Amino acid sequence: MALLTLEGISKSYVTAAGPFPALKRVSLAIAPGEFVAIMGPSGSGKSTFMNILGCLDRPDEGHYRLDGRSVEALDKDALAEVRNSFIGFVFQGFNLLPRMSLEDNVALPLVYRGLGREARRAQARDMLAKVGLEGYAASLPNRISGGQQQRVAIARALVNRPRLILADEPTGNLDSHTSAEVMRVFEALNGEGITIVLVTHEADIAAFARRQVRFLDGEIVEDGTTPRREEALC
Amino acid sequence: MLGAMLHEAWQAMGANRLRTLLTMLGMVIGVGAVVLMMAIGQGAQYAVAQTISSMGSNIFVVLSGYTSVGGVRSGGGSAPTLNVADAEAIAELEGIDTVAPVHWGSVQMVHGANNWNAWVQGTTPAYLDARSWPLAEGNAFTDSDVRAATRVALLGKTTAENLFGVESPVGKTFRIGQAPFVVLGVMAPKGQNLEGRDQDDLVVMPLTTAQRKVFGTAFQGSVRQILVKASSAEAMPALEKSIEALLRQRHRLREGADNDFTLRNLTAVADTAAETTRVMSMLLGAIASVSLVVGGIGIMNIMLVSVTERTREIGIRMAIGARQRDILLQFLLEAIIISVFGCLIGLALGVGGALLVGHLTKTTVVISGSAALAAFAVAAGVGVFFGYYPAHKAAQLDPIEALRYQ
Ligand SMILES: Nc1ncnc2c1ncn2[C@@H]1O[C@H](COP(=O)(O)OP(=O)(O)O)[C@@H](O)[C@H]1O
Ligand SMILES: [Mg+2]
Repeated sequence: MALLTLEGISKSYVTAAGPFPALKRVSLAIAPGEFVAIMGPSGSGKSTFMNILGCLDRPDEGHYRLDGRSVEALDKDALAEVRNSFIGFVFQGFNLLPRMSLEDNVALPLVYRGLGREARRAQARDMLAKVGLEGYAASLPNRISGGQQQRVAIARALVNRPRLILADEPTGNLDSHTSAEVMRVFEALNGEGITIVLVTHEADIAAFARRQVRFLDGEIVEDGTTPRREEALC
Repeated sequence: MLGAMLHEAWQAMGANRLRTLLTMLGMVIGVGAVVLMMAIGQGAQYAVAQTISSMGSNIFVVLSGYTSVGGVRSGGGSAPTLNVADAEAIAELEGIDTVAPVHWGSVQMVHGANNWNAWVQGTTPAYLDARSWPLAEGNAFTDSDVRAATRVALLGKTTAENLFGVESPVGKTFRIGQAPFVVLGVMAPKGQNLEGRDQDDLVVMPLTTAQRKVFGTAFQGSVRQILVKASSAEAMPALEKSIEALLRQRHRLREGADNDFTLRNLTAVADTAAETTRVMSMLLGAIASVSLVVGGIGIMNIMLVSVTERTREIGIRMAIGARQRDILLQFLLEAIIISVFGCLIGLALGVGGALLVGHLTKTTVVISGSAALAAFAVAAGVGVFFGYYPAHKAAQLDPIEALRYQ
């Protein structure tokens, strides 16, 4: 059974020139454990699509089922809970809270889940260790590099052990070396069975994924499975 | 959860310390002003209440002398139109507790090297009763002293101190002219009256002694004043009418003629004074409350700025699972913390200010715990009231819009 299915999803934005269709009847199904790269030129609707996937935005039309549940039927609190526990977000701009220590940043989703202080601490430190930043718990975000910040953001996305990770151009602000580091983290997570959907317009980043979905002008124009990079190299 | 949010609110406030302090200042001034004004107002009320209770309750004073046209009282007590028989007749009326005729004047008193000009009240033992005036030491004179016109006296505290210094005057003598008087007792201190005169600067002696041996009045038995204590507050209106009717009849005043006496209801005067101070302290409180509201609006203003500035942060929080009520609570907590801290500081400054004012002006200030508690509750209320709108605005943000905000 699919982890998520979208059928006939449409979304338009209200602009000065009238409604602008950003997504036109898009359908897609993703199975548990998949690693999907969403590709396409700028303005093709990738972010719009990711926001709907992540229950941050609602489509104008179409049906979205996530883990067997109809997302249209969920109220705001239920959507917040899905974002909190079922999905982990990684953004292009890292989106860490600048005033908080890295540990507090990573622990924030646990606050909204209602966990106690000690449990939050322990789990946040675990996650920081998992992304290779165990020594940085008390640092502030602006004290570390972009690649490290993105790894903290991944730790935050992981801290509630979500089944789905959504990443919108997570390497967009990183150089190729740190990009590769971050991608290896995603790869490892996928290896643990976490489903990953990742937007990129770089082919070598997309190559980490087994499936590539290509958007153009609000429509899916290509949906192909390629062998994993290592396998391709063999 | 709440612990984490308090911690975050603390961090958020610490991130912009100057702004937080300036916002707090509004609350500090508001609460400080309310506490200070309440302390001064309640102090005034307390002082008036003290004075009123020192007058004795349910008291009429009948003064001898004509009331001039238009109700303006002139020279009350100057012309001798009242006498002891009037007092005795009033004592027979319905609703009377006690009646004390008073003849007064000022005299020069001497004890050793000390001279003192004091106010003499010649009266009956009922006087102390009517004015609810206990003795600090010694004993009162009796009816037989009044009958025999003995040279005995009770001293007010001020008079006693000025004439005898620190030593106890009881059993000692002082002189008026060449005549020696024995001090029987010292009266308990009462402080100032409503007009600000020291009530403890007086000598109380038997009426007859004052009439015959101190002032030597030309009219036998005439008195300047009759003190009347009603049996209850309810009896006063009827008693006022019956005293007036009785005295008009006894003085054979024709219909339409002015009273040759003045009847004053001291309780009514006291009530007016009490009401005046009550209204004054309410006004002070109301004016101070305005600054509390202004402080609240300051909090709202800053919280709105803060919500706008932190729109992106709100978006991030929503993206990782904050519910609307989590965001609401976060901003509400910040507003409440600011107002509660502002309130605590304001409370301290207000109490300090009140004590300083009391010390500098030598007036009574009353710092009541309930007023402080009320100020605290109001401050928390102001925090919730003025913090709610910005917090609600934050909670209603659309996550996508908020995340896109630069
Ligand atoms: N809030 C918005 N208001 C109006 N137009 C928007 C808005 N967000 C995105 N768009 C437009 O929708 C299209 C798709 O945007 P987006 O999903 O961000 O594309 P991508 O992520 O692939 O670059 C673009 O043309 C963009 O200009
Ligand atoms: Mg985009």
